[in-house]
Amino acid sequence: MQISGAQMVIEALIAEEVTTVFGYPGGAIMNVYDEIYKQDGFQHILTRHEQAAIHAAEGYSKASGKVGVAMITSGPGFTNAVTGLADAYMDSIPMVVISGQVPMSLIGTDAFQEIDAVGISRSCTKHNYLVTNAADLPRVLKEAFHIAATGRPGPVHVDIPKDVTAEIAEFDYSIELNLETYKPHTKGNPRQIKKAMEAIANAKRPLFYLGGGIINANAAYEVRDLVHKTGIPVVETFMARGVLSHDDDLLIGMLGMHGSYASNMAMSETDLVIGLGARFDDRVTGKLSEFAKNAGVIHVDIDPASISKLVNADYPIVGDVKNVVNDMLALVDKVDSKKYAPWRDVIKSFDELHPLAYHEDTDRLKPQWVIERVGELLGDDANISTDVGQHQMWSAQFYPFSRPRQFISSGGLGTMGFGFPAAIGVKAAAPEKTSINFTGDGSILMNCQELMTAVEKKLPVINVILNNNFLGMVRQWQTLFYDKRHSETDLSVQPDFVKLAEAFGGIGYRVKTKEEFDAALKDAVEKNIVAFIEVIVERMENVMPMVPSGGSLFNMMLLEKKEAK
Amino acid sequence: METSERRVISVIVINESSVLSRITDLFSARGYNITSLTVAPIPESKYSRLTIVTSGSVRVIEQITKQLHKLIPVLRVYEHEDLVEKEMAMVKFPANENIADISTLCEAYNGKIVNVGENVIIVMVADEPKRVENYLKLIKRYNPKEIVRSGAVALER
Repeated sequence: MQISGAQMVIEALIAEEVTTVFGYPGGAIMNVYDEIYKQDGFQHILTRHEQAAIHAAEGYSKASGKVGVAMITSGPGFTNAVTGLADAYMDSIPMVVISGQVPMSLIGTDAFQEIDAVGISRSCTKHNYLVTNAADLPRVLKEAFHIAATGRPGPVHVDIPKDVTAEIAEFDYSIELNLETYKPHTKGNPRQIKKAMEAIANAKRPLFYLGGGIINANAAYEVRDLVHKTGIPVVETFMARGVLSHDDDLLIGMLGMHGSYASNMAMSETDLVIGLGARFDDRVTGKLSEFAKNAGVIHVDIDPASISKLVNADYPIVGDVKNVVNDMLALVDKVDSKKYAPWRDVIKSFDELHPLAYHEDTDRLKPQWVIERVGELLGDDANISTDVGQHQMWSAQFYPFSRPRQFISSGGLGTMGFGFPAAIGVKAAAPEKTSINFTGDGSILMNCQELMTAVEKKLPVINVILNNNFLGMVRQWQTLFYDKRHSETDLSVQPDFVKLAEAFGGIGYRVKTKEEFDAALKDAVEKNIVAFIEVIVERMENVMPMVPSGGSLFNMMLLEKKEAK
Repeated sequence: METSERRVISVIVINESSVLSRITDLFSARGYNITSLTVAPIPESKYSRLTIVTSGSVRVIEQITKQLHKLIPVLRVYEHEDLVEKEMAMVKFPANENIADISTLCEAYNGKIVNVGENVIIVMVADEPKRVENYLKLIKRYNPKEIVRSGAVALER
C-alpha cells in the first residue's frame, strides 16, 4: 500500500505489537505525531522531558521483556534523549528510539533544531539509521526491532528527516529480513559445554557468578534449576538481583564493591567461576589481578567481546544463556552436589562472621530499615526501581527480591534521574504490581517533573525518598577518602517535597518514625495516586561493607561490630 | 605491561554511508591505535574492504577484532598471520636532482618515475611497508619536496 513515511512508522509499530510509546513531540517529528493522533493501535505516554521518555521506555522494557519504544524530535529533543540511549546501551536494554530530523534539503546547513543525531548516537547505541527515503522505512524499522531484541540486546536509533515522514512510498512489512552481516551466535559449542561440565564436576569450590544477561535471556528459571541440581553456591551481580529468590539457601548474596563479605570471600576462595551472562565489570571485580586468583573461569555470554575482555576465560562459551544452561542441564548428572557440602559450610562461616547488617543506633530512621520494611509489607507484590546512589545500593542489598524483572535500576551508566520515569514505565508494563521507586533527595530532583506524567496517565508510582540532606554516596567517599571535606554535597537547602508532590496533583508524606512510615505506605498504596514519601533518615549512614575503588574483593571495609541488629 | 605489537586487520563491510565513521569511532572510543587505514570498494559487490594497521597487546588486538565484528555492517574481520603486504608511496623531487640516481633507486623498490615536469620529478614505489620506509630514508639526500604514503593493503597467503 502507498502511504506516507509517518503512516509507515505507525503501521510498523502496530505490526511489532507495540502497545505503549513514550515520547515528546516537536517540529521535525510533527508528521508522525499527527498520525499518532489519528490511530488507536497503541497508547502514547507524554513525558515532561525527553530524557524521561527514554528512561520510561527502559523501565517498560525491563519489566515486560518487550522492546521499549520512544519518540522525540530533532535537535534538543534528541540531545536530551542521549543520556537515556547511553543508559540503555550500557545495560543492554532492547529499545527502538525514533527521532525527527530537519528535512533532507536542510541537513548540513545548521538549520533550526538541527544536530548530527546519528553522529552523536553512534557511540551509545547498538546500531543507528538516518533514513533518507520513505521507501527504506519498512526495512529499516523491521531491522531496528530485530537488532534491538536479538543477540546482546540494545537500543537502536532511527533518525527520520521531516520530508521523509511526508513522502509517499510503498509499505510492505511482510518483507523478509536479510542481514548477511548480523547473525548472533545463540547456540553454545557442545564440546566446550561438555568440557565446562567436566570442570564443574572436578572442582572442589565452584561458584556461580550470575549476571543480568540471564534476565535479558529470560533464563532465570532454567538457571535456578541448574543451581539446585548442582548444589553450587551463587553470587549475583547487581544486575542479576531476582534471578534467585532472596530466600534460596544457595544464594550467598550480591558481590562487588558493596557486595556482602561472604560473596566477595567466596569469589576470592573459589577454584572455578561459572560466569553466566555477566561481564566482569570493574565494580564487581575490584582489583583485577587479585580477582578469583586461583580459579578457572567458565564464561557464558551472547557477546563474544565480553569474553576474555577483562578476565581470561578457560572455558569460553558464546551463546544465548538459556540455550547453554539447558545444554548444561542435560549433562547435570555428572555433577555430585554432595561433594560441595564442605565448601557450602565454609561460605556459611563467612556469612556468620560478617553478615550483611546495619545498626539501629540513632534516633533517626535507618535507610536500610525503610527498604527492608517495604520488602516485608509488599515483598513480591512490588516492582522496585531505584535512582542512583546510596539508596540504590541499599535497595540491592536489603530488598527481598523473589523474581526476575522485579528490580529495575541503572547499573552500567549510573544515571541519577533514572528511577522515577523508569518506575512510570514499569507501572505501565505491570499495572497489577505496586511500582516503588527508592530514591534520594539528590536523584529525585533530576526528573521530578514526571509527577505530571504519572498524574495525567494515572500511573501511581510511589517514590520513597530517603532524605539524608546529602548527595549521600559522594558524601560517603568524601568522608572516607577525602578527609571529610564535603565539597558541594550538602543538600540542606531543599524543596518541600510534600508540597511539591501536591502541586502536581499527587500526594506527599513526610515521616520520621516507623509508625508514620507504615501508615504513609499503606495510605499511598490505598489511595493509588502518585506519591512522594519523604523519609527523614540518618544523615551520616554509610553503605557497608565496601571494597574501596581499585582494591581487592577480600579487602573490605566492614560494618563496625556493635550489638548487631 | 603486555608488549604491544604491530598487526594488520582486514575488515569487510557493507559499502554504505557512515560505515567508516563507525569503524574509526570504535577505535577512538576504546582508545585503540590506527597506524594506517585504507578503504576501497570490492569490485562487483556491495562490500568494501578496509585494511587497518594497528598495534596493541594480544588482548587488545583480540578485543579490536571482536568489537569490529560487533558492528552491524561488518561482514568479516581477518586478523592476518601470514600475509602479503604492500604499500605505495609517491615522492616529488626537484627537477634539478640527479634523475639517473633517483630512477635507479626507485626501481630497486619496485617503482618508477611517473611524471617528469619542468620543475619536479614524481616517483612512485610499491613495496612492503618496511621497505617503503627504508626507501624514504634513502632518498633524503635528494631533497624530496613532498611525500605521500597510501597505507598498507594486505592479502592472506
